[in-house]
Amino acid sequence: MPKNPNVKRVMVIGSGPIVIGQAAEFDYAGTQACRSLKEEGVEVILVNSNPATIMTDRDIADKVYIEPLTVKVLEQIIEKEKPDSILPTLGGQAGLNLGMELEESGFLAAHGVKLLGTTAATIRNAEGRQEFKDLMERIGEPCAASKVVENVEDGIAFTNTIGYPVVLRPAYTLGGSGGGIAHNQVELEEILENGLRLSRVGQVLVERCIAGWKEIEYEVMRDGAGNCITVCNMENIDPVGVHTGDSIVVAPSQTLSDKEYQMLRTSALNIINELEITGGCNVQFALHPTSFEYCVIEVNPRVSRSSALASKATGYPIAKVAAKIALGYTLDEIKNAITKKTYASFEPTLDYCVVKIPRLPFDKFITAKRTLTTQMKATGEVMSICDNFEGALMKAIRSLEQHVDCLLSYDFSDMSAEELKARLKIVDDQRIYVIAEAIRKGVSYEEIHDITMIDIWFIDKIAILVEMEQALKEKPLTVELLKEAKRIEFPDNVIARLTGKTEDEIKKLRYDNNINAVYKMVDTCAAEFAASTPYYYSVYGGECEAVRTADRKKVLVLGSGPIRIGQGIEFDYCSVHATWAFSKAGYETIIINNNPETVSTDFDIADKLYFEPLTPEDVESIVNIEKPDGAVVQFGGQTAIKLTESLMKMGVPILGTQAQDVDAAEDRELFDKILEETEIPRAAGGTVYTAEEAKEVANRLGYPVLVRPSYVLGGQGMQIAISDEEIEEFMEIINRIAQDHPILVDKYLQGKEIEVDAVCDGTDILIPGIMEHIERTGVHSGDSISVYPAPTINKAVKEKIAEYTKRLAKALHVKGLINIQFIAIGEDVYVIEVNPRSSRTVPYISKVTGIPIVDLATEVIIGKTIRELGYEPGLQPEAEYFAIKMPVFSFEKIRGAEISLGPEMKSTGECLGIAKDFNEALYKAFLGAGVDLPKYKNMIITVKDADKGEAIEIGRRFEKLGYTIYATRSTAAALNEAGVKARKVNKISQESPTVMDLILGHRIDLVIDTPTQGRDKSRDGFLIRRTAIETGINCITAMDTAKALVTSLENKSNELTLIDVAQL
Amino acid sequence: MKAFLILEDGTVFEGTHIGADKEIISEIVFNTSMAGYLEVLTDPSYAGQAVCMTYPLIGNYGICREDCESLKPWPDGFIVRELSRIPSNFRCDMTIQQFLTENNVPGIAGIDTRALTKILREKGTMNGMITTNEKYNLQEVLPKLKNYTTGKVVEKVTCSKKFILEPTLHLEQNGPLSGSARFHQEDYERGIREHKPSLVKELNGSGLRVALLDFGAKANIARSLAARGCEVTVYPALTAAQEIIDAAPDGIMLSNGPGDPKECTTIIREIKKLYDTEIPIFAICLGHQLMALATGADTHKMKYGHRGGNHPVKDLATGRVYISSQNHGYVVDTDKLDPSVAVPAFINVNDGTNEGLSYTDKNIFTVQFHPECCPGPQDSGYLFDRFINMMKESLAKKGEN
Repeated sequence: MPKNPNVKRVMVIGSGPIVIGQAAEFDYAGTQACRSLKEEGVEVILVNSNPATIMTDRDIADKVYIEPLTVKVLEQIIEKEKPDSILPTLGGQAGLNLGMELEESGFLAAHGVKLLGTTAATIRNAEGRQEFKDLMERIGEPCAASKVVENVEDGIAFTNTIGYPVVLRPAYTLGGSGGGIAHNQVELEEILENGLRLSRVGQVLVERCIAGWKEIEYEVMRDGAGNCITVCNMENIDPVGVHTGDSIVVAPSQTLSDKEYQMLRTSALNIINELEITGGCNVQFALHPTSFEYCVIEVNPRVSRSSALASKATGYPIAKVAAKIALGYTLDEIKNAITKKTYASFEPTLDYCVVKIPRLPFDKFITAKRTLTTQMKATGEVMSICDNFEGALMKAIRSLEQHVDCLLSYDFSDMSAEELKARLKIVDDQRIYVIAEAIRKGVSYEEIHDITMIDIWFIDKIAILVEMEQALKEKPLTVELLKEAKRIEFPDNVIARLTGKTEDEIKKLRYDNNINAVYKMVDTCAAEFAASTPYYYSVYGGECEAVRTADRKKVLVLGSGPIRIGQGIEFDYCSVHATWAFSKAGYETIIINNNPETVSTDFDIADKLYFEPLTPEDVESIVNIEKPDGAVVQFGGQTAIKLTESLMKMGVPILGTQAQDVDAAEDRELFDKILEETEIPRAAGGTVYTAEEAKEVANRLGYPVLVRPSYVLGGQGMQIAISDEEIEEFMEIINRIAQDHPILVDKYLQGKEIEVDAVCDGTDILIPGIMEHIERTGVHSGDSISVYPAPTINKAVKEKIAEYTKRLAKALHVKGLINIQFIAIGEDVYVIEVNPRSSRTVPYISKVTGIPIVDLATEVIIGKTIRELGYEPGLQPEAEYFAIKMPVFSFEKIRGAEISLGPEMKSTGECLGIAKDFNEALYKAFLGAGVDLPKYKNMIITVKDADKGEAIEIGRRFEKLGYTIYATRSTAAALNEAGVKARKVNKISQESPTVMDLILGHRIDLVIDTPTQGRDKSRDGFLIRRTAIETGINCITAMDTAKALVTSLENKSNELTLIDVAQL
Repeated sequence: MKAFLILEDGTVFEGTHIGADKEIISEIVFNTSMAGYLEVLTDPSYAGQAVCMTYPLIGNYGICREDCESLKPWPDGFIVRELSRIPSNFRCDMTIQQFLTENNVPGIAGIDTRALTKILREKGTMNGMITTNEKYNLQEVLPKLKNYTTGKVVEKVTCSKKFILEPTLHLEQNGPLSGSARFHQEDYERGIREHKPSLVKELNGSGLRVALLDFGAKANIARSLAARGCEVTVYPALTAAQEIIDAAPDGIMLSNGPGDPKECTTIIREIKKLYDTEIPIFAICLGHQLMALATGADTHKMKYGHRGGNHPVKDLATGRVYISSQNHGYVVDTDKLDPSVAVPAFINVNDGTNEGLSYTDKNIFTVQFHPECCPGPQDSGYLFDRFINMMKESLAKKGEN
């Protein structure tokens, strides 16, 4: 079937801010799909509130609306842009839900807009719990015994008929929000109540617990003519019970015979056919480990995190093909973009093994529970490819960048076999390390399997790695042993540690014996056909298929690894744009990255893609083959920066700002010298290694002080300390991980925080704009609301900032990007920190100013000047509108995480509010972040003494908006005394009704709770904040944020103005 | 123990010896299926060949006897990247290492199977030797490899005498219907393992009698018909056409099998006689090629063939594409096809080669791929139902006459 000629203008809905369960994979899918649509001459109107995405670039779509993703906004855009169709299956669950709401309300029909791809009826059948169950029953596909309930009583009654444990899954939520396994009635009531509230339709599925079964997924494609193929299947090493997003996953399945493989494949095809899905779809199965019994767990009638993984694991571009199918093409009309010979109507076959490991945020949320459940907690993931499973696992482990490089990286050696067996019952991110230790202690495979239900085959593979550790420790290191260790991907440093040799000795032994990594292709077809745009992975032994091409200059672009809090999708945006800019300038581009969710690892972004860990050894192996003319590290976040020194040792020139200048910005003494020379003030401080030294510095400066490790991103480990005790506590936490660099202790200054991104060509600088944070210093810049142009600082201060930026950029010999954070106190400007590299705000400021700073920085790195690029140096003229970047958090997903804001970054994503009027921009930004108020007009205020004054003003304004204010004792007294009516509520420890009962009563819009300075040790405040978040109540922990919110509500208007940022 | 794979073009791969301890010369082919190594090993069409699996991890679930497609493995040799040191599956009867050794199949592991596949892709299928003799002499080995031919393999793999596969009378005999299997703890503890599931939902072939000519048939061809209620009589490859005609079957099934179809001159002659009857015929793979040769078409050897479970075939009547299981090194030439005899019914979407024929004014259709799957996708199993319908219509017509 050829392309449908009636489809000319398509509106694509993105997935909004990055949250746990809905992350970069949708930027990847959306970008690929938009490019695929444009390739067909279709005009693309894109809506996504997330400014950090590539899909919101003007070269990806024709019209770009970075607006809140609400039905109302979408309706307004449809009225304005008059698309003929809308594609809702690329924006994750958020996009799909919006598409459904537009369809169900009749709005699309009324405006003559067609839903492209999968129909609304299909989505209802796949997503509605009861509809899906009925449909499965009709076609003979088994589901676990289950019932959809709409109240707790029915849930209890049903569970009594099928027996505990039961799994609870709320309908229409993302990442399994609010789900869980209940082993008894108490747990059932708790989870059910929460799930019913979080579900968009107030429904929760109660079903037979199939925990411990094998979890198998199939990615399926179907076109409008009914042709179906499976892209690949994947096996979760962690059996059912752990969300697939938090599981270690292998592709293809390893422990399924052809009979099981085909049984489930046929089932997946039956389901997609019966649902009449047109496009991509993910089917999840639970397979009984010792029989052919299986259940369909769920179907996602859209592209998903799993489909991104499947695309990268196989080379089959699911989103691209789904977009073409939406336009009317059939699978056999769509060319396989990798081979250019075959068609999309075939099934990829792998001649390698893929392992995915989730990146969990427990290093950021040290108070959080590490246990893994059906509620996804991972912020990102890494993928690795090898020709053996052990090697793929080893590569994935070191790709995580969590100070792990082998199965010895978490030390459980002090536990006995019995203790280990008990520990194995805890399902958390350290389980494979515990299994390894259990094997070391002689616990049998069967015992480990009986506790974990992990297949014996995987346990044996872990045992092979353990045996190699032992061999390296005990046996002489022969060439044969070294070869075998490298075959299963033991890195040199681990071999060195185990053999008692140095890393250089191991490397020399390898080189002397020609034991080098070689590179194989991901080509979708196991070498059956020649490939034209493949990508590469390393193995040891055999033929190397990567060949250095000699015709052009080569640049190595280092990616940013897995998405984590503090290093998100923004750096992928920068890497991709830099790659494109180098390409345009005639370079051959080579990307190294290991994140399957991102655009940078799409097969056609760089000339060559190496899907590899970003460690010095892995990079060096690639450098040995490609011999690049230079490497660029300033776009890949801290991951890439950390490789600078190693690259220089390999003899690879660093393009742009040099390593010694990066060091000068991070090294306290060097940097102080530069500040002295450039006459720029900063907060007083010192560098320390021990708690004693830290206390000495702190007392000299006077409390409060800021304590942080150097060379980190996202303020990791950064704390404000107000006492010697806190210094001791923080230093202990920081020093749990051996620090290569000193720890910084600075006087804490409170003022307006200002941020600048600039391009410097060595002489001139270009500042696209100055951003001001709403929150005072002390809240991490990534967690602050950021406003462009800076609204409250005057011209003189702005000029000072521009001048300081210029001086710093020149003093640090910056070539390319620089990011600087300042504090403005009155007319005074202090520098907080300087990062001579790309930053989190780069995509945002590029989009709202229309100045493509990554492209400019890349050109500058190649040798152009800012003037040559057509820009007048200096601070650029301010825009006529306000663009506000709002942080978005995923606290509800991480049980036990402290939500109060501080110097350590906690947000997972961001959204944008853009408008001519500041207040409207602010309102849009809150709306985009999901703060859609008012609802019940009830709120709770409980603040520390220092904030009471501001609380009165804020309370008064909320009161004027009609809010009823509840407050704890001292806050209530302060408010009432100042004439703001506040109802006093009891503390948690007092008699009911307490503040907790109020929150759980579900009629509260908002909690304003500022924790006492430093670490909040009171359980009360922590409990209030956690309960608020877990009951879906907005919770604000900084007075500035509260002020901004009330301002936005005061100026709320029904009709929003829309801005096409592609026109800026 | 070290082992070597020596190719006709002089390439030598060094690896580890697996399976039986013997030296073999064979035609080297590759199969791209990711699961189903046991079905590949026991497919008689691999007689006269040594198979390289492109998927690197083989043996993970061991050997489940009920999944064998014939009584023993047929390849001369087995070439893999890595054999799993333990198997894991609830039905596993033995390890693949044991299976190869017990059945006298030698092999080599630990070689760069991808590099081997690329050589075969670029230069075409060629002969090779698997040996553990470290002192091999290339000058002596290469001429031997060049001169090696298999020849008459069908006669080696066909059954020695005819036998009858009883029809399924109750659906439960086929094993659990796919999707309805249930785990029973007590049975499991007694050592009872569930049988593999079946996709057959009705006994639409009840009462029909099918003659199956065994050129090296995979067990699932006869089983697919018997499971639908047909009584299947399996005949040795060299059975005279008249014997089959005399048995008056309702339909004839020509099976898959190994080797060059043009070598099967006697069989081709007999098939022509079957063609001349009015008995409905369905043919698979070698059977499809033989029918084409019997009716005046030609076949040729492909550069490296189709072996795997991911080949798209398009049904030209409906435009629908199905993913199929394939194993063939020869193909029917369609440019020399006489449309008054037969027209293409299926083509391969990847390379456009012929994948099936529909015979003009005849109750005959033939396919190059494997609707019986095992291993591979079950998408085209509906062709057995098409065959059953054809037999029923033919019977109905006979009744009218």
